[in-house]
Amino acid sequence: MKKEKDFDINNCYTISGKLALPYTYFAGRTGSTFITHIRDNKKIMGVRCNHCNKVFIPPRQTCEKCLSMISDNWVELENQGEILNYTVVRYDDNHLPRKAPFILAMIKLGKADTPVIHIVEGISINDVKEGLKVKAVFAEKTTNTILDIDHFEPV
Amino acid sequence: MSRRVAVCAVAQIKNEPDIWYQRFQGMLLECFEELIKKTGVTFDMDKGIRNIVTCSDDVFDARTISDSGMADVVGAHLRGEKKSAQNGINALGYGMSMILSGHDDLVLVMGHCKESQSESRNMCTNLAYDPFYLRPLGLDFLNVSAFQAREFMKKSNITDEHLAKIVVRSRKNASKNPFARENGSISEKDVISSPYLSDPVRELHQYPVTDWAVGLLLCCEERANEFTDKPVWLTGFGNCMDSYFPGDRELTSNFALKKAAARAYKMAGVKDPKTDIDLFELNDAIAYQLPLWAEGLGLVPEGESDLWVESDGMDRHHVNLSGGMLNGNPIMLSGLARAVECFLQLRGEAENRQVDGVKRALAHGTTGGAGQHHGVIILEK
Repeated sequence: MKKEKDFDINNCYTISGKLALPYTYFAGRTGSTFITHIRDNKKIMGVRCNHCNKVFIPPRQTCEKCLSMISDNWVELENQGEILNYTVVRYDDNHLPRKAPFILAMIKLGKADTPVIHIVEGISINDVKEGLKVKAVFAEKTTNTILDIDHFEPV
Repeated sequence: MSRRVAVCAVAQIKNEPDIWYQRFQGMLLECFEELIKKTGVTFDMDKGIRNIVTCSDDVFDARTISDSGMADVVGAHLRGEKKSAQNGINALGYGMSMILSGHDDLVLVMGHCKESQSESRNMCTNLAYDPFYLRPLGLDFLNVSAFQAREFMKKSNITDEHLAKIVVRSRKNASKNPFARENGSISEKDVISSPYLSDPVRELHQYPVTDWAVGLLLCCEERANEFTDKPVWLTGFGNCMDSYFPGDRELTSNFALKKAAARAYKMAGVKDPKTDIDLFELNDAIAYQLPLWAEGLGLVPEGESDLWVESDGMDRHHVNLSGGMLNGNPIMLSGLARAVECFLQLRGEAENRQVDGVKRALAHGTTGGAGQHHGVIILEK
């Protein structure tokens, strides 16, 4: 079995590269409706599957359980809810939206059946807990993503 | 139609933290040449290899169509070549189906991955998430798994002490595996005092960044003796994908794993994995996953994995004697690493970690954050 010392690396080199591709993603009709409601009306919308009697967020066109078309069944959710689960992200990295440490939580909004994941601020990382009631704080500047909700904070 | 597919030979390089000094092609070539040497297989169009399944990932290779630079190396020129970009366990399942369906007699499975060369493994896995709802929040396979870890630890009575025991045991087992990443030994105290990465996941709970390459030669039952006198049989395979959005999933229900395992058990005629399977290799990317997956596979009754860990159930059931993924395998290939250990054990070639009388073994692989997708394969002597 060869190990690093067994390789002849005299006059060999590595090069630095980067995969970076500016790109345009189509958000779809359902996704666009969801984001524009947050951006323009400060309203968080879910979609209901009438067959499964379940309200989903993020919204989607089709229920994956029963395959019904559900994208027209919009339900206005409450802008606040309860933390079901959380983690404190303690590492820094380029893909992260905040400097460490920060809180990511699964939040069950009023009238929704599935939790949405988002950032929680306005509370010490030592005080975050399951059951904590939080409300949405909307972003001042749009990015046309879920970050049009800037974060959640304790009610 | 034959119901069994033979694994005739495997070849692997050592799992290493940073193979900066060798190209992907070189890593695979070592495995390829060893397989040819061990089996005498040719690329004759009538009798030799006509189909190859490769396993790699565009983002980890930082190039699109990551298999395109590999075709010549693995002998795929002017032949059938398919790429599997999920966990390598699916490449094995795919090769198996090509033979069982009668499409071909021989399939070469080749996988490579360097986790080390990207600036950050978490940046790579962040790209698995959509650009609207999850990626902007910085989700990656580590912090998504932390949600699952918290829920499981709450539900199961698995504590920091159990997790420390799992990590220390992994290092100990890996020290007997010459192909395992060399991580050095640690104590349970080291694990418990290692800092949180993403609560409740600690630094030493997570598998280290690893580079590796591997190859396997699969063959139909009728011709296996042309290439080996000690075939290992693939007798069952199943896989299943859970919901995409983490919030849609019941994170600790093992929904996808139970379905994948049930399919593999049915195909292989396994009634009770606790008694019908002698050795298990589970895809434990993060320490809490080992007991969680053990419950999902039916190896441990639900809610009893804490007692199972305490009473040395992992040793009793011969779980992850290779060191497991926890000791370090690239994410793309972790299921293949599990299958390779099963192969060596079934052949009696596992050296000083060999278990006597292993007749049937289980290899498991996962893809996605918090085990969104699972694949299970049954191997027999």
